Order: sequence, then C-alpha cells, then structure tokens
Amino acid sequence: METLMRIKDLHTRFHTQDGTVNAVNGISYAMQAGEVLGVVGESGCGKSVHALSILRLIQIPPGEIEAGEIWFAGRDLLKLDDSGIRKVRGREIAMVFQDPMSSLNPVYTVGFQISEALMLHKGMNKNQARERACELLNLVGIPEARKRLDNYPHQFSGGMRQRAMIAMALSCEPKLLIADEPTTALDVTIQAQIIELVIRLQEELGMAVMWITHDLGIVAEMAQNINVMYAGFLIERGNVHEIYHQTRHPYTLGLLGSLPSIDEAPGTRLISIPGLPPDLIGLPQGCPFYARCAFRADHCRLERPELEEAGSSGHNVACWRWREIDAETLRKSAGGAQ
Amino acid sequence: MSAEQKSLVQVRNLKKYFPVSRQLFSTQRRFIKAVDDVSFDVLEGETLGLVGETGCGKTTVARTILQLYRPTSGQVLFDGVDLASLQENDLRKMRSRMQMIFQDPYASLNPRMTVGAIIAAPLDVHTRLDQKEKRDRVQELLKLVGLNPDFVNRYPHEFSGGQRQRIGIARALALNPDLVICDEPISSLDVSIQAQVVNLLEELQNRLGLTYIFVAHDLSMVRHISDRIIVMYLGKVMELADRNEIYLHPLHPYTRALMSAVPIPDPDKARNRKRIILKGDIPSPLNPPQGCNFNTRCPIASGRCFQEDPEYREISPEHWVACHFA
Repeated sequence: METLMRIKDLHTRFHTQDGTVNAVNGISYAMQAGEVLGVVGESGCGKSVHALSILRLIQIPPGEIEAGEIWFAGRDLLKLDDSGIRKVRGREIAMVFQDPMSSLNPVYTVGFQISEALMLHKGMNKNQARERACELLNLVGIPEARKRLDNYPHQFSGGMRQRAMIAMALSCEPKLLIADEPTTALDVTIQAQIIELVIRLQEELGMAVMWITHDLGIVAEMAQNINVMYAGFLIERGNVHEIYHQTRHPYTLGLLGSLPSIDEAPGTRLISIPGLPPDLIGLPQGCPFYARCAFRADHCRLERPELEEAGSSGHNVACWRWREIDAETLRKSAGGAQ
Repeated sequence: MSAEQKSLVQVRNLKKYFPVSRQLFSTQRRFIKAVDDVSFDVLEGETLGLVGETGCGKTTVARTILQLYRPTSGQVLFDGVDLASLQENDLRKMRSRMQMIFQDPYASLNPRMTVGAIIAAPLDVHTRLDQKEKRDRVQELLKLVGLNPDFVNRYPHEFSGGQRQRIGIARALALNPDLVICDEPISSLDVSIQAQVVNLLEELQNRLGLTYIFVAHDLSMVRHISDRIIVMYLGKVMELADRNEIYLHPLHPYTRALMSAVPIPDPDKARNRKRIILKGDIPSPLNPPQGCNFNTRCPIASGRCFQEDPEYREISPEHWVACHFA
C-alpha cells in the first residue's frame, strides 16, 4: 500500500494569558491510502488539535504550529500558501465535526451548502451541483433526497444533519476523511447507523478515514490501526489487535478497563485511572502519565520515554517499563491502586 | 426480584402530559405524552437502570417520581405514601429522603456559591444544625466522596468535571436519603473519569445502603451498575427485567437493537457480532404512531402492530415486555 500522509514531529501550541499550552508535542506517524485509523484519547489530549493542524485550521494567534512536517500527496501541507491549503481542504482532505448543528449554516438550505463545495472545487454549474448533491444525500441514506435538498438544517434530525455533513465531506471524493467525534452528540441507535454508514462508504469509495474518539469501543469495530494520545503525545500505536489484546501502555489499559465489558460478571469493579490529566501549561519533565500510573518508577519522573517498537513491527509504545508489564499484572495492580 | 425485598417506590399507571401551545383559532388541545402509563417498582437497596434514547421520557419519569413535575394521573408511592396527594409542606419533608444527581456538573452547581455552601444548602432547608455542625457534616461528606475536606471555601470553577460531579453527589447525600436518582450522571465525563464516578457510586451504595434509579442512554454502563433494567421508548416501558435476563434473553426488538448498538471494546467480538441497525429516527412524541409505539422502526412489525397497542405483560417471572411477538 502507498503512504497517503506522513506526519513528522508535529508541535502545536497556544499562547494564552496564563502561559503556553502545549497541545501537540512532537507527533510522528504515517497513514496508508485506504486505511482506517482510530485516534483515541480523553478531552485535552490533543487529538482534535492535531487533526485541525493537518488542515491548518488552527487560529493563529493564539495558536501556532511551531514545528513539524505534514507530507500529503508529495508536498508539505505546512509549507503551502493560503490558496494552496484551501485547495486541499474539502477536496483532498475533508472533515466532519462533532456537533452537526453548529457546523451547518442555519440560514442556507442543505442542498445549497452541499452544492457550494461542488461549484467551488469541481467547477460545476448550479444544476449539475444540485443533481450531484441529490445523489450524495441518497448515498448517505437520506430518504426523499430531492425534497430534502430544499430543507434548512433545523428541519433535519440530529442523525440526518450528521449524514448531511458526511455527504458534504464526501462531495469532492476526498482521499482522507477526518471524523472528529461525529457520533458523540447522537443517540446510540443513531450512532450505530452513522458508524455503519461510514464503514460502508469507506469500503465503496476506498478513501482513508481518521476517526477521532474518546471511546475505545467505537473504533474497535472499524479501525485497522489505533493511535492512543495523552497530553499531546502519541503514547501507543499499533494495529487494532495489538492495542486491544497485547496492550503495552498502562494508560491504554486503564482506558480499556474503564469500559464495562459486555459479558462481565455481576459485581465486577471497573478499573479506573486515578487522578486527572496533567495541565498542558508547564508539562512535567518526565513521562506525562507519571502522576496517574500504577507502574511508575523513579526513572519515569526524570526522563520522558520515546516511542519505541514493542514486540512486533508497527506496534510502538512510549513507556520505560513496557517489557515488565503484561496486561494481566497491570490489570490486577491497577485495580488495587484506586 | 425476591419476595423478601421491599418496594421503596411503587409507580402505578403514571402519566405526564405536557400541553403544547394552542394554535390560533384551533379548538383542539394537543399534548406531548412524555410519560404514558408507566408502572414499576423500585426495590429497597437495588439499582434500577432506566435506559432509552432522547425523548423517551426517562428523565420525566425520574422528575415525576420526585414530584418536580406533578403527574397528570397515576400514583407514586414512596414508602407507602402517595406523593401526588401530599401538600407542599408534607412533600417537603418527604423530599429529604429522595435526592437527585444531575447530568451536567457545570450547570447544576451555582458558580457564586462556595462548595461548602452548595453542600450545606439541603442542610439549611431541612435541618437545624448550627454553623459548626454543618461545617463538620460538609467536611465529612467531602471526605466520603473522595475530595479534600479543605476544599469547602473553593468555588465550582476551580474543579474539573469529575470533581464537580463528586460535589453534586456529596450534596445529594447530605440528608442521608433513601433514594438517589442519578440522571445521566456520567454522560458528560471522560471515559476514565466515568469509571471513577461509577466506582464511587457503587462504593457509597454498599456503605450507606442507598437505592438508586440510574438514568442513562448508554446500555453498557447501565448494565454494569444496575440490578434490574427498564427500557423505555416514546413514553412507554418496552421491557423490564433483571440485568442478566435482559442481556441473555432480550425479548423486545428495541432492546435487542439497543444491545447490538453498544460498542464492544474488543476487535474480534465487535466484528463478529450481528448488528441490528434500526431504520430512521425516533418519531416526535407529539405524533406517536398508531398501534405499537415502535412500529415505525421495528424490524419485525406486521399488521397487528399498526393497529393494536401491545399489552405490557409479565412473560416469565419478573420479566415484563410490551410486544405482540414476545
């Protein structure tokens, strides 16, 4: 498979009154064409900021993409000028956001908002764009698509709005679709519909999908690879089986332990992670997870672990003690640490 | 469940209709039937899970039990007393025995009050403790929920979401209630913090013998914490059963769909299970479909479902369901 995107040592910061927020602290990874990548982490771990950095949607100031390279289709996106990056947005890389109501413009019809991108990027005329918009609404499973083109966003339900957003994102057949918690605001049965839809579209259209979420349950089903982020660092990365079955980072294990399993016995306690994520202003010098880790050693406080290969190729983890930790012992001791 | 367990709350044919503003010159009054003929018991010391999607009436049921909404008809018996028949004063006395934890820990704490004042508020209303006794009680409560007792003089904005939820829990426990209604207490929290709060709720239940009604839209956490589970849809109870029974033998097609929509954090299991994807959206409660509520999205609906409302009946001991095909 060919490499679609390669991120090298990306740093994004925000300069605020209280100090510099280190939102993304040196992330490097590559994505293949047609790959489904899950990016997992809690709020404030930098998962959304890193995605916004790819599309250069960070507001500058207060934000700043301080260092790094993002290679996509043979060029560094961070070096493009404004008109260059505008041609990438929507056409080559499209994004779907968490809250479909605030991402749609309430004063334009849904049909107009979908056609707009088609006229801009594909040079279609009004009628062609409308025809295509209708096809797209059909594709994402909105019934009576032709009638719905003239509806305003408030006439759509939450699930339909998210479908319309996906239709808009797909309108220019992007090579990469970034979905930033697209189902968090939706009901469970509607969430299942949207996940099913994205899986189907990904297979049909062969695009790569980056699915950003805080829930390891959602991406287990669809992703090939998972990136786990914490405090702006990539702390574990591997294919989906390695992440769930040969977990090496104590934080990833904690995230998995926090979810109730569907076949657990009554009275099972959840393994929670004690404490809170660190403040991104003035990060600790050692491992960012030190304060909450059940397996910390003195060394962890002093020196920050780099991402290194753990066991198999492609499975990387940033933890000094990954060799000593297997899932079972960590599960036991994390259970006792609360 | 078992005969020796006493019912703390008995809900009988509870209905709550909200009037919708009349259109000009229209003679017909319209209602949203938020809760439409719901009956169940809450046993002493159990956790009863209440699940359903947006607009299914789960929060309205919770609030009507507390008489925050007066029911349109039906009874809520708390320890044998019908709350709907009580006058304000008597009701206020009963209220100290039932408390609520709210969904949004940002909106449910007054930003201008210190944590100490927030937790002491129920004590001000219901008890005659002096300043020192109140302060001691507040500090004891803070310790109970795992916060530093020296936090009494801080304000809510100094705390994270999970810590705020702990403050909300401390406030709910201030009066030693029998019943605590948890209205989606974890849905706005991060995954690792959710587990902290759920563990805390379980610990407090064991220690204080609390009875919980746990309202949520996420079946996996409800299954984890509950003894019995009620599944609601459009104002009606679809199914009620023991947590394992509902997991192993779900009878209602809606319960099955909800169950299959729960994300499984295991790639092999997640890829091998069969998902039931429901078509379409939840109908508006203003225009519920004729016949069975669920017929617009039900994969097995046929003739009868579009005319007759299915009877809510006990299919096997302690397993209730409202479906023609169960």
